[in-house]
Amino acid sequence: MAIDKHLRSIGARVVDAVWRTGYATRFFALILIHSGTSFRRFRLTVKELFSSGVMSLIIILVAGTFVGMVLGLQGYETLKRYGSESALGSLVALSLVRELGPVLAALLFASRAGSAMTAEIGLMKATEQISAMEMMAVNPIARVVAPRFWAGVISLPLLSALFSAMGVFGGYVVGVVLIGVDEGSFWSQMQGAVDFQHDVLNGVLKSLVFGVAVTAIALFEGYDAPPTAEGVSGATTRTVVQSSLAILILDFILTAFMFRGN
Amino acid sequence: MSLSASALVEIRDVNFAYAKRSILKGINMTFPKGKVIAVMGGSGCGKTTLLRLIGGALKPTTGSIKVDGQTIHGLDQQGLYAIRRKMGMLFQFGALFTDMSVFDNVAFQMREHTNLPEEIIHDLVLMKLHAVGLRGTHELMPAELSGGMARRVALARTVALDPMLIMYDEPFAGLDPISLSVVGNLIRSLNDALGATSIVVTHDVQESLKIVDYNYFIADGVIIAEGTPDEVRASDKPFVHQFVHGEMDGPVPFHYPGGDYRQDLHLRT
Repeated sequence: MAIDKHLRSIGARVVDAVWRTGYATRFFALILIHSGTSFRRFRLTVKELFSSGVMSLIIILVAGTFVGMVLGLQGYETLKRYGSESALGSLVALSLVRELGPVLAALLFASRAGSAMTAEIGLMKATEQISAMEMMAVNPIARVVAPRFWAGVISLPLLSALFSAMGVFGGYVVGVVLIGVDEGSFWSQMQGAVDFQHDVLNGVLKSLVFGVAVTAIALFEGYDAPPTAEGVSGATTRTVVQSSLAILILDFILTAFMFRGN
Repeated sequence: MSLSASALVEIRDVNFAYAKRSILKGINMTFPKGKVIAVMGGSGCGKTTLLRLIGGALKPTTGSIKVDGQTIHGLDQQGLYAIRRKMGMLFQFGALFTDMSVFDNVAFQMREHTNLPEEIIHDLVLMKLHAVGLRGTHELMPAELSGGMARRVALARTVALDPMLIMYDEPFAGLDPISLSVVGNLIRSLNDALGATSIVVTHDVQESLKIVDYNYFIADGVIIAEGTPDEVRASDKPFVHQFVHGEMDGPVPFHYPGGDYRQDLHLRT
């Protein structure tokens, strides 16, 4: 009997997971179908760009600067052993543009903007704002969800670029200004090592994929949250956990395709 | 009151169940044009479900619901949205959009569904807010309003496009006596001014008997009594009597069914 009960519970979990995956896929398809409004009435998307993008600027800029400074310090200590301190610029820039910029910006975006999106939509649902909108013959996916989705997808690559730029600046401050690495070789090595298409564009592509994943997870969790305080808090936690895992797994897959053998 | 007058909403033999739990069982109701009709019953008796069925948010398991001659559950999304533009619904706690000002809340439907210039929307919004006595709040955010004020702003938003049918989900819940009376009078006066039909789902008997033309009582998913306010007050049906006079025990028991009391307390018999 105990085994029977155990098997039943596993079965129920599997069915639930499959159902939820189907529901999430349908939700994502609906966002794409109802995206017209986000571009026809672009001010709706601009409003969300402000709350998810602009409001995340401080954390992204500060984190980017400090990550760059740490890279400058650690990179210098390591390169010094091989007498290649002049390669510090390329080390800092490549680490940031290829990996740390897109990944860390996405992780910070998931915690700052993703969780806020989930909580906002979850609470809108709990306070019947979504139902009220439907009763007013306004599609909430088109009016509330899709503009937030596109705002996330647009803002994350821009935030990643700013993260990397601030990181390079942080690396410069530590490497050149504080430690005294030659300024000319810092910038020229960086210029020579970073390829626009191979490094920069691939980095942008990564952050676009992360933007889609993080925003879609955040919006789905908010829309699917049980309309209770416990439900919304659980959904917010799931957003951060699932987004972080999705970013790291997707990063491995994308890196394997983009930089294999280079 | 004659309910055979031209009906705006007709509910025939409606059954509804969530999964296996039956909520409404064989409901028949008629809501004539121009009237204010209350649907009363205890918490969880299926009143709000009834409003969601009329609004097309849920589909009945069996039976039919017609609004303005159209079978609501037979409509596709476009048809449903078209008929919802002629309906208004006031949610239990107002459901105002918390990221918009009072003005933008009332203007929401006008901006979404009409091409009216902003100057006209401005005047219309102020007129709607004036009708509920809150013109002076148009720059405030919903968080700055009291519960009663939020309900009145939501009422202004509900009637923004002059709907033919207005549905109220517990409009009196959690209001102080003054707000209660204000909201009650507004429901009646707005219905008469707009020539609309109103369905008020409530368990506030005394307030609703003052303003409505007809009452339905629902208990355990069936209509157990109906009549005009005078008929309700004079009713000797046990449930109606208990409900109207707020008696603690009666057909609706005070105690939730449980095991033997002495056994639960581990007392020796």
